[in-house]
Amino acid sequence: MKLKGTEIFLKVLEEEKVDIIFGYPGGAVLDLYDQLYESNLRHILVRHEQGAVHAADGYARATGKVGVCLVTSGPGATNTVTGIATANMDSIPLVVFTGQVPTGLIGNDAFQECDITGITRPCTKHNFLVRNIEELASTIKEAFHIARSGRPGPVLVDLPKNVMAAQYDYDPANIKIRNHEAVYKPAPKKMANVFDMLNAAKKPLIMTGGGVILGKASEELTLLARKYEIPVTGTLMGLGSFPGTDPLWLGMLGMHGTYYANMAVSHCDFMLAVGVRFDDRVTGSIETFAANAKIVQIDIDPSSINKNVTVDLPIIGDTRATLKDILRFLEEHHYTQDAGLRAQWLREIAEWREKVPLNYCKNGEVIKPQYVIEKLQELTKGDALITTDVGQHQMWTAQFFHFDRPNTFVSSGGLGTMGFGLPAAIGVKCAFPDKQVVAIAGDGSIQMNIQELATAAQYNIAVKVVLLNNEFLGMPRQWQEMFYNKRYSHTDMTYAPDFVKLAEAFGVIGLRATKPAEVETVLKQGLAADKPVLMDFRISRDECVYPMVHPGGSINQMTLGSREMIN
Amino acid sequence: MEKKDHIISILVHNKPDVLARVAGTLGGKGYNIDSLCVNTTTQNDISKIVMTTSGSQATITRIENQLQRLVDVISVDDLTNVESVHREMVLVRLNLTAENAEPVKNAIDTNKWKVIVSGDTYLIIEITGDKRQIEFSLARLEPLGIADITRTGLVALTLED
Repeated sequence: MKLKGTEIFLKVLEEEKVDIIFGYPGGAVLDLYDQLYESNLRHILVRHEQGAVHAADGYARATGKVGVCLVTSGPGATNTVTGIATANMDSIPLVVFTGQVPTGLIGNDAFQECDITGITRPCTKHNFLVRNIEELASTIKEAFHIARSGRPGPVLVDLPKNVMAAQYDYDPANIKIRNHEAVYKPAPKKMANVFDMLNAAKKPLIMTGGGVILGKASEELTLLARKYEIPVTGTLMGLGSFPGTDPLWLGMLGMHGTYYANMAVSHCDFMLAVGVRFDDRVTGSIETFAANAKIVQIDIDPSSINKNVTVDLPIIGDTRATLKDILRFLEEHHYTQDAGLRAQWLREIAEWREKVPLNYCKNGEVIKPQYVIEKLQELTKGDALITTDVGQHQMWTAQFFHFDRPNTFVSSGGLGTMGFGLPAAIGVKCAFPDKQVVAIAGDGSIQMNIQELATAAQYNIAVKVVLLNNEFLGMPRQWQEMFYNKRYSHTDMTYAPDFVKLAEAFGVIGLRATKPAEVETVLKQGLAADKPVLMDFRISRDECVYPMVHPGGSINQMTLGSREMIN
Repeated sequence: MEKKDHIISILVHNKPDVLARVAGTLGGKGYNIDSLCVNTTTQNDISKIVMTTSGSQATITRIENQLQRLVDVISVDDLTNVESVHREMVLVRLNLTAENAEPVKNAIDTNKWKVIVSGDTYLIIEITGDKRQIEFSLARLEPLGIADITRTGLVALTLED
């Protein structure tokens, strides 16, 4: 049966089990929007294309499924670039559909034409320009397959207007696509090597990263750690991959990692690094990072191995399958830890934890951001999906909210995209309407995509924004305080809208707390509402994130709250 | 680590933009391409890209891994330490003058260069060889007055599979 391109588009999306798309119409995609008019596919109209990509990204991170968006050509397409680069850096599966001018006009500088495949080539896993109707269905299918296979990532599909209007005899049975699923089966010898290295270790440590969440390997990782009493630290992207309330959990490592996690990294003699890429914010100085440890690195992407840190045993493979293999091998070969040695190692870590716990100066006069996050944890009993923007509030969230389950912490780790949190929360809430979904934001970040409050209000997507408002671009301000002689160049954000009134203007509930005593009441009221809410917490203006490893420094050299360096 | 010249042979699906993807991956990550040759293989839908680059072994491994990530890349092989033959071609245009006509003729005879076009006032010579041979010939041609040259990238083929 002959179908129009727009009909084929919707059919393939249905076959790919897409239940929601985030989008924004415009000239080049009006045929598609006309088709959507009579479709059951759920479409969320965002207020800016960047918001559409972040929403799809949030949806993908929380569900593990592919997030989908649809935007028009030209500026609609270029507005997606930050969102796409965000997903690319964190390996999030997305398919982004962009409209394009008719194929006959491509290259003519037509109205709203831009070479979006050229622009996004370095920040997508792959992209396509669909040149004719014959390849439309197979291209869309391949895009979904590429997005979710191997190391996932965003795929952009550019759809010229005339291709979508053309007709084609579509038969799903005739669609053939290339297989991009690389199968890596780690050699049995590697399992024996892991056994030997672990067996020889007195101070083993697991470092978990985003690859454990993407690879759905949390259960195996947790089992491995608990069964053999191996303490676990994690990257920002790894939060939730191991229960944050487990005694073996040391918290995040790296620039704003806990003292005890960074000390454990510096003293361990064996590290099992799973689904991490050793980002510079994690390692600090490469030379001194885990200098005493034999490192095993498991990753599905060979390019992540030996990129920053040279490891002793690389294992290229799916994190879940590989951890299963390791568990099986250890069990079959009766690995048991030396109980005395392990107790000694855990005691050593406990002493670091006692010496410098994760802490902050409590204050009865001014709201401390950490206090708000602790209260949020308490009131939600940790049963919430949390998104963040980027900056101090993101680090405080990573430090003070304890994530017990994977896919519950949604944050832009690699690219560090301000303005991510609110639209991402909208995507998360669309996937889990019955869950408490909270976007923790800063006053700088929230203003970057605040227009999405209108989206939340329109569809009554009841996300809760916890705004930690210090009237500063807090993280740059902190660096200026520490490294630039307190020359606060252009980081003062005192001139800001009244966020409560602004929320109300958008049709969102606005609440405010200015004193610590009001925090709980405001949080309770905000969390209880079945409408979107923005809670403006006026926090202490000069609070810094500690511990802090200086950029490029060794991670066992940390500035703590009271400013002394501790070794 | 020691920097060395490397010859990388890349098999790719002959898709739009594939060269841009390969070149962009290298450029974007800060690696330099010294020479490049691209054409189809015996299969029209598969192309071979041969490029030369330089770097430490660690850098070259990184380049190979980055290229392997590309969806349209089938395989990446470093031919540097593999038994293989290497060829480049250069086309050279010499302007003929009353002074150089004789030395040019002698040099062509001695070096057995192949003249592919012979005009009244110019000659075009084709030279094929490995990098060393090309450099040697160009050094010989230099004093005769080279008007212009076009040089291909290096192509390479392994002796065995």
